[in-house]
Amino acid sequence: MLRKYLFSTDHKIIGLQYGFTGLFFLLVGFLLALVIRWQHAYAGEPLPLIGGWFGGNAPGGILLPEFYNQLGAMHGTIMVFLGVVPLAVGAFGNYVLPLQVGAPDMAFPRLNMLSYWLYLAGGLVMLASFFSPTGAASSGWTSYAPLSVFANDGQTWWLAAMLLVIFSSLLGAMNFITTVVQLRAPGLTWFRLPFFVWAQFVTAFLLLLAFPALQAAAVLQLMDRLAGTSFFVASGLVVSGQVIDRAGDGSALLWQHLFWFLGHPEVYVLVLPAMGIIGEVIANNTRKPLWGYRLMVYSLFVLGFLSFLVWAHHMFLTGMGTTISAFFQATTMIISIPSVVVLSALILTLYGGSIRFNTPMLFALAFLPMFGIGGLTGLPLGLATTDIPLHDTNYVVAHFHYLVAPGTIFALFAGIYYWYPKATGRFLNETLGRIHFFGSLVAMNVIFMPMFVQGLAGVNRRLWDGGAIYVHAQDTLYLNVPMAYAALALAVAQIPFLVNLAWAPWFGRVAGTNPWDATTLEWATPTPPHAHGNFDAIPRVVRDPYEYSVPGADAAFLPQGVVPPDADREP
Amino acid sequence: MDLPYTTEVRPDTGLTSPKLGIWLFLASEVMLFGSLFAAYVLLRVGSPAWPDQSAVLSVPLATLNTVILLASSVTMVLAWVSLRRGRLPGFRLYMGLTLLGGVLFLIVKAFEYSDKFSQGLLPSTSNFYGLYFTLTGLHALHVVAGLAVNAWLWLPGVRLWHTRPALFTNRVEIAGIYWHFVDLVWIFLFPVLYLL
Repeated sequence: MLRKYLFSTDHKIIGLQYGFTGLFFLLVGFLLALVIRWQHAYAGEPLPLIGGWFGGNAPGGILLPEFYNQLGAMHGTIMVFLGVVPLAVGAFGNYVLPLQVGAPDMAFPRLNMLSYWLYLAGGLVMLASFFSPTGAASSGWTSYAPLSVFANDGQTWWLAAMLLVIFSSLLGAMNFITTVVQLRAPGLTWFRLPFFVWAQFVTAFLLLLAFPALQAAAVLQLMDRLAGTSFFVASGLVVSGQVIDRAGDGSALLWQHLFWFLGHPEVYVLVLPAMGIIGEVIANNTRKPLWGYRLMVYSLFVLGFLSFLVWAHHMFLTGMGTTISAFFQATTMIISIPSVVVLSALILTLYGGSIRFNTPMLFALAFLPMFGIGGLTGLPLGLATTDIPLHDTNYVVAHFHYLVAPGTIFALFAGIYYWYPKATGRFLNETLGRIHFFGSLVAMNVIFMPMFVQGLAGVNRRLWDGGAIYVHAQDTLYLNVPMAYAALALAVAQIPFLVNLAWAPWFGRVAGTNPWDATTLEWATPTPPHAHGNFDAIPRVVRDPYEYSVPGADAAFLPQGVVPPDADREP
Repeated sequence: MDLPYTTEVRPDTGLTSPKLGIWLFLASEVMLFGSLFAAYVLLRVGSPAWPDQSAVLSVPLATLNTVILLASSVTMVLAWVSLRRGRLPGFRLYMGLTLLGGVLFLIVKAFEYSDKFSQGLLPSTSNFYGLYFTLTGLHALHVVAGLAVNAWLWLPGVRLWHTRPALFTNRVEIAGIYWHFVDLVWIFLFPVLYLL
C-alpha cells in the first residue's frame, strides 16, 4: 500500500502526487491572495471571520504591514514555484508525456520519485516558514537584494526551500528530456510527436538551463545572509538609518540579473505546457488536425531559445543603461512573434471545425482571448519608454495574472477535465464543470480587469493600503471593493470543482478507454493504464498525431498507434 | 520492469539513457558554475580594489591539488577500462586510488582553508574571499558527492558485477563522466582564482 501510493516509482502515481500537492498549494496561494484583496479594499479594518486566526500578526484582526508583506511574497512564490509549475510540468508532464510517447515509464523512475519528494520537502519548508519566529519571507517573490539580505529569517527558509525545489526541477527536466529522446515508441518520429510532448520537451530545457542561475543566486544570497559576505551589498549602504558594517563592493543588480535569467524563462515554463494542453484539447474537440503543426513546433523552439535573451526587460528602471535596454526591448518585441504564431494557429484550428462544447473545450476556448489579453498588454511593458510609467503598478499585476490565471490555470483545468477519465475511468460531471467554468471566468475578469485601470492611473503594486495614501490613486480606489468580492466569488466557484473531484471517482459517468474519440497514444492504454508498463504491448506508431476527419478515411478518426492485440503483454 | 536502453544503445539516437541523463545533468551544472563565474566577473570588474590573487592564495598547494585531481581522473578511467576487460581486481585497485585522490584533494583544501581562517581571512573579509570560499566550497561539495558515489560503487555496489556486469560497468562509466566534470570545474577555478 505504502509502496504503491506513497513511495511509488510509477510515473502515473507520481503524476497524481504532483497533481494533488500542486492543487493544495494552488489553494493555499489563492487563499493568501484572497486576504490580500480584502486588505486592499478594507485596509486598516479588522478582517471579518478569520481575523482572529493570525494572532500577533493581526492584532484585533487588522493585518500588520510586515505580515502583509509576507502574504504578498508567499502568494507569488507558492503560486509560481509550488502550484502552477508542479501542476503543469510535474503532474501533466509525468502522467501524460510517457503515455503519449508510448513509453513503459519515465527513463529514470527512481529519480522521478526523488524529484517529487524534494519538491514536497521544499514546499513544506516554505509553508513551515510562516511559523518561524519572525515569519515567512517578506521581500516579494523576486527577493530583490539588498532588501532580502537584511530581511527577517523567513528569507533564509525561502532560500533553503527554493534550493530543494530547484534540485527537484533539474532532476525532473533531465528525466523528461531523456524519456522523449530515448523511449519514444517505434514509429514515433520527431514530427509525429503530439504538440503537448513538444511543449513539455522545450519546457524541460528551459528548466534545466535557467534554474541553475537562481541556484547560484540563492547560494550567493545564503552566503550574504549567513556568512556576512557582500555579494549584493554595496559600500556604504544605509539600512534603518545605520551604515551597514560590511566589506561592501557588492552589486544589487547582480541579484536581479541572476534572478531574471531564471525568471524570464520561468514565464515560458508557465506558458508552454499550457499551450501544449490547449493544443491537445482543441484538436480533439474541433475534430481537426492542428493548423500549422510544424509552424507551431518551430515557434516553440524560437520561444525557448529567445526566452534566454529577454530577461533584462524586467530591469528597465534599474539604470543599467539605454544601450542594454534597447537590446532587450528588441528581443522582447521579437519573442512576441512566435507567441502570436502559436495563438493564431490555435484560433485558426477552430475555423471550419464542428466544435464539441464540453468542459475541457470551454476552458480551452476561454484560454485563447484571456491569454491574448495578457500577451498584448505585455507589449507596452516590453518597450522601455512605456514601461517607465507602468513599471511596478497594478497594470503589471493585471498583465501577468491574465497570462497565468485565466491563461495557464484555465489550461490546467482544461487538462484536468480532459485527462481525468483516463486516470480514474470516469468523467467529471459536466454541470458542475460548467458552473466552475463560468463562475471562474466572470470572477477572474472582474478581479483583473480593474487592475489595468488602476495601473494606468499610476497605483503601485504591493501597497499595504492598496494605494490609499496617494492622491493620484483616489479616483480608482473604489475598484478594490468589487475586486475583493469577485475574489470571494472566485473562491465559491471552486467549490463545485472540489466537489466534482471528490465525487466523480465513485459516482461519475463511466468512461471507456477512449471516451473523447481521441487519436494520441495515451488513449490506446487500458483505463487506468497498467502500473509500470502502461500498454498491453509496445505500441507501434503509424501516423501523425491528429488524424481527425481525414477525407476518404474509413473512420471519423484514426488512432496514431496500434497496440498489437497480444495477451502476453510486456511486463 | 526493465526499461529499454539502460545498457544497450538506442540505434537512432546512438545513446544509452543514463549517458544522456548525466550529460543533461552536467549541462545544468555548467549553467550553475557559469552563473557563478559570471558573478565573479561582474563583481571583480565593479570593484575598485581587487587583491593580487596569486600573492594571497597558495599557488603551489593549488598546483599540487590540480595534479592530484587530474591523476584521480586517470585512475577513474583505468577503473572503468579494467571492468571493460573483465578484470575486477584492477577495478578495485584503480577505484581505490581514485578515492584516495579525492580524499587527498580535500585534505589539501582543508589545509588551505585553515591557513586562511588562522589569518582572520573569512568569506566576509572581501568579495574576493567571499567568491573564493563560495566557489571552492561548492566545488568541494561536488567532490564529496563524487566520492560518495565512487565509494558506494567500490564497496557495496560492486556486488552487481557478479549478476549484471554490463549494468555495473555502465554505472562506473557514468560516475566517471561526473568525476571528470568535477575535475574540469577545478581546471577553470584554478586559473580564475589563483592565477589571473
